[in-house]
Amino acid sequence: FLSYTIDEYLLDTNLSLSSLTASRRGLPQKKMSENGISRPKVLTLDTMNPTVKMVEYAVRGPIVQRAVELEKELSEGIEKPFTEVIKANIGDAQAMGQQPITFFRQVLALCSYPELLNLDNTFPEDAKNRARLILQSCGGSSLGAYSPSQGIDYVRQDVANYIERRDGGVPCDPDNIYLTTGASDGITTILKLLVCGQGIDRTGVMISIPQYPLYSAALAELGAVQINYFLNEDNCWSMDIQELQRAVNEARQHCHPRALCIINPGNPTGQVQSRDCIEDVIRFAAKERLFLMADEVYQDNVYAEGCKFHSFKKVLFEMGPEYSETVELASFHSTSKCYMGECGFRGGYMEVINMDDDVKSQLTKLVSVRLCSPVPGQALMDLVVNPPQPGEPSYNCFIKERTATLSALAEKAKLTEKILNTVPGIRCNPVQGAMYSFPCITIPDKAIKEALEKGQQPDMFYCMTMLEETGICLVPGSGFGQKRINEGFVVMTILPPIDKLTILLNKVKEFHQRFTKQYS
Amino acid sequence: MSVLQEISPSVRSIKPLQSTPIALRAEQIREELKQGVKKPFREVIDVAWGDAQGAGIKPLTFVRQVLAACLYPQLLDSNRLPTDVKQKARGLLSECHGGSMGSYTDLPGIPQVAREISEYIARRDGGDPPKTGNIFISPGSQWALQNILNLLVHGHGEVRSGVLTPIPCHVTTIESLHSLGGVSVPYYLSEEHGWELQMEELNRALEYAKQVCAPVALYVVNPGNPPGHVQSKKSIQDVIRFALEKRLFLLVDEVYQDCVYADNVEFVSYKKVLAEMGPPFSDTVELASFHSASKGFLGEAGLRGGYVELVNMDPDVIKYACTIFSKDTAPTPGQIALSVLANPPRLGDPSYPLYEMETQQMQTMIKANVRRVHEVLDSLPGISCQPVEGGAFAFPRVDLPPKALQKAKEMGMEPDTFYCLRLLEESGAFITPGCEYGQKEGTYHIRYTLLNDIMLMEVCAINHILINCRHF
Repeated sequence: FLSYTIDEYLLDTNLSLSSLTASRRGLPQKKMSENGISRPKVLTLDTMNPTVKMVEYAVRGPIVQRAVELEKELSEGIEKPFTEVIKANIGDAQAMGQQPITFFRQVLALCSYPELLNLDNTFPEDAKNRARLILQSCGGSSLGAYSPSQGIDYVRQDVANYIERRDGGVPCDPDNIYLTTGASDGITTILKLLVCGQGIDRTGVMISIPQYPLYSAALAELGAVQINYFLNEDNCWSMDIQELQRAVNEARQHCHPRALCIINPGNPTGQVQSRDCIEDVIRFAAKERLFLMADEVYQDNVYAEGCKFHSFKKVLFEMGPEYSETVELASFHSTSKCYMGECGFRGGYMEVINMDDDVKSQLTKLVSVRLCSPVPGQALMDLVVNPPQPGEPSYNCFIKERTATLSALAEKAKLTEKILNTVPGIRCNPVQGAMYSFPCITIPDKAIKEALEKGQQPDMFYCMTMLEETGICLVPGSGFGQKRINEGFVVMTILPPIDKLTILLNKVKEFHQRFTKQYS
Repeated sequence: MSVLQEISPSVRSIKPLQSTPIALRAEQIREELKQGVKKPFREVIDVAWGDAQGAGIKPLTFVRQVLAACLYPQLLDSNRLPTDVKQKARGLLSECHGGSMGSYTDLPGIPQVAREISEYIARRDGGDPPKTGNIFISPGSQWALQNILNLLVHGHGEVRSGVLTPIPCHVTTIESLHSLGGVSVPYYLSEEHGWELQMEELNRALEYAKQVCAPVALYVVNPGNPPGHVQSKKSIQDVIRFALEKRLFLLVDEVYQDCVYADNVEFVSYKKVLAEMGPPFSDTVELASFHSASKGFLGEAGLRGGYVELVNMDPDVIKYACTIFSKDTAPTPGQIALSVLANPPRLGDPSYPLYEMETQQMQTMIKANVRRVHEVLDSLPGISCQPVEGGAFAFPRVDLPPKALQKAKEMGMEPDTFYCLRLLEESGAFITPGCEYGQKEGTYHIRYTLLNDIMLMEVCAINHILINCRHF
């Protein structure tokens, strides 16, 4: 773990920036030109921004690179023990065959090429009307114009209305809504705002372990201190206030904790936090004076009996003014997950609650450096928060598609848990929500030894071997921060179509049994 | 008291981009007009931003047909769309995961798009197509630029990294640099010489930079924004030599490369000149060149498609560039726009005649606007404009009488801001003042866009008012 800050590291190693110039340090990164005069590059690993070096983005890390290589080899006709590479590591539903919502694509097509509005029978009337409304709200009536950097007003208004409906009437001010380039852009922006200070005053940000690697990558890039708090595996990966308290107390010795990040429903664990738990977290944040960041991109992906999505905002407001008027919160949503699966459009929003006016104006400035978020993504977000209503021509088709997608996911979640738990040496918590299973695998000692000899984490070694032998690409848990001897975790999406998923899960089962036998 | 009272100083140092006093007042006036308040004009004439489609210019049909077909592939079965549109859409979709625009794309993007960009660069510059591993597609060129700056800039600690930036310069890049904790060190373009970049001035700026920061890069905009200068080949060679000698990373913003209007002027890319100069330059000077679908004939600013091509970058550093860029993949609609930018319809394709007509129309309109700018402005006392060779704006210099300077001082604003506000109040014309881009002390400028088909008539109107404005 990052036990001290980047600045302390630099001080410790007596590096001053001027001395990082390669030429003055006489480093071997020199390029010889034809006449033998050495010309060191300006930008090398040594002169590079040091915080960038700390960034590892596991979701697209070495195992994914190897998967891409294998795909290439397959396409070149090289024989492998498998006929295709299955990238079961990233939450990309449509890549796995999930169909987009017809209405959304119709409206977007109409917005892109408004001449289609003149066609008679190709598009339903409600799709056409929506397209007209959206285009009216765009500069020059086109998706190609810049929008205000906070996002198109009309869309922000619709987002605010959605949030109010979702949260049972808790008011939402459109001025607190920012349309972002996916949720990750919003999250990174808030972190940029938060991270400051030097040495012991350096900003610390609490993130859950297991976590989604975007957070650790962003924190590393910003030179912030990552404060890990462990989710409780034995209680279905719930948040544990005692553990939060432990983490923050320990962190206060070497940094200034300022934010607490929660992913609910969770990634990769899939846990759906109970209402009581959310209240406890809010009380904790209030007491410890932490800015709450609630990543709620999976809010429609809830499968398990007895589980329900509670938005942090709603719970906050229902806790009364002592909390609702003081606790600072940013909630994030996106078009990439849920039943939409529209990752490629990079649509998202964030809502900021109780943010100080001065801070908000700094946020607005920061957002303006991005110019604006992709307008098709903004248009799509508008449709997501304001879908077809009963009585409208597209309603039946919409509801049918949405229900089919979500119930398929629920079925796949159950199937995954069921099959994996039949494998000795694998145990899998119920997948309550989101899009991943996070099974725990027992890795034999011999395998651990071989892994360490190769300089790999055991679960990375396990995943690499599985990839080479079966073509199945999973992300090892060490990319998610969980570390334990003899046990590793892997992340597997539940996204492939159900028949393919069944085959996949059985292949994982076979592989695990082979692997265990081979290294026993 | 807020938890966030302490904000990162780099964030605090950013100047507001869109909420300048003029922009806010223009917005207010729009509201007032909506509510029926009487004014000497019916609407705000927005010639401030270089946003072609925002100004009402129609997008290119081919781009939008391909985009619609990719979004809603059922259209591929109808006979509504030309065959080349369908072919392109099918090709792009076949390389998207799951055959859908809704999937994430890998680095460097949809493979066909990356290939097309590579081939485009080869056609433009001659030589071999660059490896697609050296091309990174991003949500707009500024996003890519910030990622590259992030690699270069040490933003904390006693000595911060510096980048030489032109004066005048559009604001986004500079504020992007500030947000990373970097220092911008200005070098003044020479207005008397058509906004030329002068080596003496670059040297001066660099010497000054060494006292206040650790200079690491040189940022050049060619064609320029706001000045419409197109750099000569000789000037580019000089800059490349300077970069090699002084060990600076070259950041070259070439988003207006398709916007060149003057007859005897040609855009030539830094990369091409670099390659032609041969070793040691061609295999040593590190260069990042940026392009975008937001400008030029496409004008698809809202789709957010841009790319950076890296030349001579250390392969170890490229690995980190991959990590940074992989967190922010470009949206698929933006990638489609880039695909058309790099590989537009060709002679013989069914869509070619329409494509050619639409691009010609834009070209004609802008050239006419440029002519008008010079015809009208050159005849007015107190206003002068260097030749607009390319880019998207006119950036004339305005001589303000002492009374105006005094009035501005009393009101606590820059004289050219005051001038633009007066223009806005009296004529509804929304332009931006030179102080927002930087200018030599004691000089004042205004910037307005050429990408507007109302420009033709309105330029005359604006300038008529400009004369009247002078009698403060």
